[in-house]
Amino acid sequence: MKSFSKITGIAAPMDRANVDTDMIIPKQFLKSIKRTGFGKNLFDELRYLDEGKPDQECTGRPLNAEFPLNHARYQNASVLLARKNFGCGSSREHAPWALDDYGFRCVIAPSFADIFYNNCFKNGLLPLVLTDDEVEVLFQQMYAAPGYELTVDLPSQQVVTPGGDVFHFEVDEFRKHCLINGLDDIGLTLEQADAIKAYEAERRQSAPWLFDAVKN
Amino acid sequence: MAARTLYDKLWDAHLVQQRADGSALIYIDRHIVHEVTSPQAFEGLRLAGRKPWRVDSVLATPDHNVPTTVKERASGVSGIEDPVSQIQVKTLDDNCDEFGIVEYKINDRRQGIVHVVGPESGACLPGMTIVCGDSHTATNGALGALAHGIGTSEVEHVLATQCLVAKKMKNMLVEVNGELGVGITPKDVVLAIIGKIGTAGGTGYAIEFAGDVFRAMSMEGRMTVCNMAIEAGARAGMVAVDDITLDYVKGRIYAPTEAQWAQAEAAWRDLTSDAGAHFDEVVTLNGAEIMPQVSWGTSPEMVVGVADVVPTPEAEVDAVKREGMERALEYMGLSAGQAIQDIKLDRVFIGSCTNSRIEDMRAAAQVVKGRKKADSVKQAMVVPGSGLVKAQAEAEGLDKIFVEAGFEWREPGCSMCLAMNADKLGAGEHCASTSNRNFEGRQGYGGRTHLVSPAMAAAAGIAGHFVDVREFVGQE
Repeated sequence: MKSFSKITGIAAPMDRANVDTDMIIPKQFLKSIKRTGFGKNLFDELRYLDEGKPDQECTGRPLNAEFPLNHARYQNASVLLARKNFGCGSSREHAPWALDDYGFRCVIAPSFADIFYNNCFKNGLLPLVLTDDEVEVLFQQMYAAPGYELTVDLPSQQVVTPGGDVFHFEVDEFRKHCLINGLDDIGLTLEQADAIKAYEAERRQSAPWLFDAVKN
Repeated sequence: MAARTLYDKLWDAHLVQQRADGSALIYIDRHIVHEVTSPQAFEGLRLAGRKPWRVDSVLATPDHNVPTTVKERASGVSGIEDPVSQIQVKTLDDNCDEFGIVEYKINDRRQGIVHVVGPESGACLPGMTIVCGDSHTATNGALGALAHGIGTSEVEHVLATQCLVAKKMKNMLVEVNGELGVGITPKDVVLAIIGKIGTAGGTGYAIEFAGDVFRAMSMEGRMTVCNMAIEAGARAGMVAVDDITLDYVKGRIYAPTEAQWAQAEAAWRDLTSDAGAHFDEVVTLNGAEIMPQVSWGTSPEMVVGVADVVPTPEAEVDAVKREGMERALEYMGLSAGQAIQDIKLDRVFIGSCTNSRIEDMRAAAQVVKGRKKADSVKQAMVVPGSGLVKAQAEAEGLDKIFVEAGFEWREPGCSMCLAMNADKLGAGEHCASTSNRNFEGRQGYGGRTHLVSPAMAAAAGIAGHFVDVREFVGQE
């Protein structure tokens, strides 16, 4: 997995609450059997004026001039500023894949939906929670200053603004460790294979029906 | 031992390893797999040279992409007209064959929507931990199980290790007491709950649904309610085990055999919250006050009673919420103060993992029997949740009732709930839908979804606009 330590990059807005994963990446693009290539369809229905098709070349599609990611000032953004309950709805991991593929490394919001939050950590993308007021400050500063960049420092758990404001954020120790070191979750869990086998052996005795095979 | 909630008990029973930072390794008993969120997970296994830890704990079936017309289904996978969909369904077949996973393939009579097939087959049982790469996995919580959706990386993790890295959620009790009015369905109950607590109200919680209303509810009704826990932000919803649960489970294909039944039943009888167990949050509703619900906006919390009007954004004090309401009204082509019953429908969709079980089919059929679809409604589609539901409905003659009323009777799948197959709304079209999400574009680009119960959807299809099904059924 891609590691995440400290980044500095342009911040771009997704200024509405309850952004669902259907909005982040619409269903027609979920037909891909790959993990990559979703960036061009990130926020497809907001970004373009026509209906997107899977496997379609997107250069030349009519752009929605009102959508911030189409504005020159937000090009090459790597930090997405968002509102509460970001990533609600479907469990599709295509949502963090699309954000990552587009170039985002971090999403800052007052709250995230549980499954989306979890999925981000599996893909080197940092979902970062600040308070409503702190997020509002960042939005205001960003709107006021084209080229506005944020520094996100995971080891010290800080967001630093161009003006030197510092906001602290919380993150689980284990997730932080995995993200900083780009660790493969599965490899770590398999190191506990003996504990898993011991659990299974006990359960096979106490609840044997749980181990009946699914048969055809 | 201290009094524990149902969720506490399920968590404790599956704890393999607790870590100091609060995260834990949790054992997964059942893993259900479909074609959309699994290909990258299988590819990950292949690249790392890994095999499934316990391959016979997995059951697969294609549902999201499958066509629902007899014509397109006739020749199986190769008959799927959309080449991208065809590749995805074919990839599931290939992966299941390669890894030795049991799959109910596209034209197997047991094929269907994952969350219908799981309980129906008995693959999902009380007391289990159940995961699937789909957020509506919470449906299975109706069995008294800990069930929730996971992402594709976690699908790979569970395949490889039989475990999940998880953090214990908080406990929420949603208690609905009293008696539901005549004609009020489980769908109305869960929409009313979401309307009350909001789409993020359950974030970070596992919800237990308790009280008179759920005790009196059928298993299928409980599945409808647990299914939409995620629409209230909660990954998992659940209902305690009782006689209704046990009667439902007994005799299903993968249910414990006679020899093990007594032992299983004894264990399952304990799957209730202890008296005095602590809930971090308690929400109560009065069942008698719940009206037939209709969503008017682009989030499941934007819901009102059928006799109400579309709300006015100016009355909302929260600025972010107000902007959301304004945007929703614009997208939906509705105006504040408009009567819900004046909303005209272009299409009707009866189906999805929320409402495609036999009781849903019966409820809709009862409303349309002897009536005709309104001419102004372009299409009314009924999509059973599985091949077995379809066969049962046909044995009861429900298909004929629908067809005589001008409703289409389709092959099983997710269909227009998320429009990954050919079943979708056109831009600007209003749909009375028994599905679970009214997000922008969810049922088709520019489509306008109104979430309702099967009976309400059926009645809207006959009238051409929303009506109170309780008054409607009485009319002749």
